[in-house]
Amino acid sequence: MKFLCVECDRQMTFEERQLPGDGTLAAAFRCPKCGRAVALLTNPMETQLVSSLGVKIGGATVPAEPLETIRGMVATGREDAFTEPVGRSDGRTVGLSWSAEAQDRLARVPGFVRGMVKKIYADYAKERGIDEITPAVMDAARSELGLEEM
Amino acid sequence: MPLNIRTYHELTEPDRSGLGEQIATQRRRLAARLAAVGRVIVVMSGKGGVGKSFVTAHLARALARAGRAVGVLDADLNGPTVAGLLEAGTARLVVGEDAVLPATGSDGVRLVSMAQLLADGQPLAFKGPPAESFVWRGAAEAGAIRELLADVAWGPLDVLLLDLPPGMQRFLELCDLLPAPPAVLTVTIPTPESRDAVRRALRAATERRSPLLGVVENMVDGPFAGTAGADLAVEFGVPVLARIPWHPTPDTWAVLAGRLG
Repeated sequence: MKFLCVECDRQMTFEERQLPGDGTLAAAFRCPKCGRAVALLTNPMETQLVSSLGVKIGGATVPAEPLETIRGMVATGREDAFTEPVGRSDGRTVGLSWSAEAQDRLARVPGFVRGMVKKIYADYAKERGIDEITPAVMDAARSELGLEEM
Repeated sequence: MPLNIRTYHELTEPDRSGLGEQIATQRRRLAARLAAVGRVIVVMSGKGGVGKSFVTAHLARALARAGRAVGVLDADLNGPTVAGLLEAGTARLVVGEDAVLPATGSDGVRLVSMAQLLADGQPLAFKGPPAESFVWRGAAEAGAIRELLADVAWGPLDVLLLDLPPGMQRFLELCDLLPAPPAVLTVTIPTPESRDAVRRALRAATERRSPLLGVVENMVDGPFAGTAGADLAVEFGVPVLARIPWHPTPDTWAVLAGRLG
């Protein structure tokens, strides 16, 4: 997709991208010679098609995360499909898991802080090469980190 | 008087979007990821229900038992079954720095499947406008396949088997995505109906210049009568690599693995 300023016979350059939040996209392009700007407006279907290709109008500003399209677009995915890596003392890398009891305890944390609390426990485990978070690990983390209220 | 408009290819100034370059970067990433893979083999058929996933899983295990480093990508996004057959259907995937680690299934086969990513019993559904989703759904599925190839740390593999859904769409997508047309292992059952459907698939593979490894005739000596395997082998000048009985043994798969080398 390119834009040509016909009067100046110059290729227009990308200026900015806006995502209004209704599934549409606006991308502005400007003629480098005369300064005239035009906006490309895509409907939700067209916007989705571009997203499906895994490209970004205006260019990617950060490197893509692994499986970025799948993780961002699949609506029926498992919440716990992905887990974080833990480097064990034997040199192997395994996935961090939560025991059923630990998951129960985490579920009792108020929703608005649950993500933050989960990350604290996960970071604690990863830093120590612990590959399964259990209530005992959570207790140890609370004690060591001074988080008795969590 | 018509306007004098230069064509797309005549506009060569660099642009910040660089959509073409973004696509090229995706392709390079995929090629780099597969550089350590000896062979990419698609297991396909023009016909559904012939046992592609069954053959894929057991062939992968037999190759692994023979000492090969084997990976399986379940390219059947809407009906993923091979992960269950390799006993890794609910394995969680570990997210590394720039790639996801594949799960380890039976006999050490490395595996990634949409079955591992979808909630139990849920179909593959994408976020997006539901109206006219046919316009973008195909692109989304092809994008998912690209990511499962390029964003998974497959590591050095002797063989990467791709278990395809019925039909030709996924095969054609893979031909566009992969650096070279993949080798094709075709599965059929003995019936004439299966033969006719698989013939179309083999023709498509031939047109895309994919190497044809041979035919696996599945479910022989059972309720299905016919000579599809032999017919296709003669027509396309390829070997019948295996005739899989209704109740195969590990030896059955070992022979097939040995013939693939």
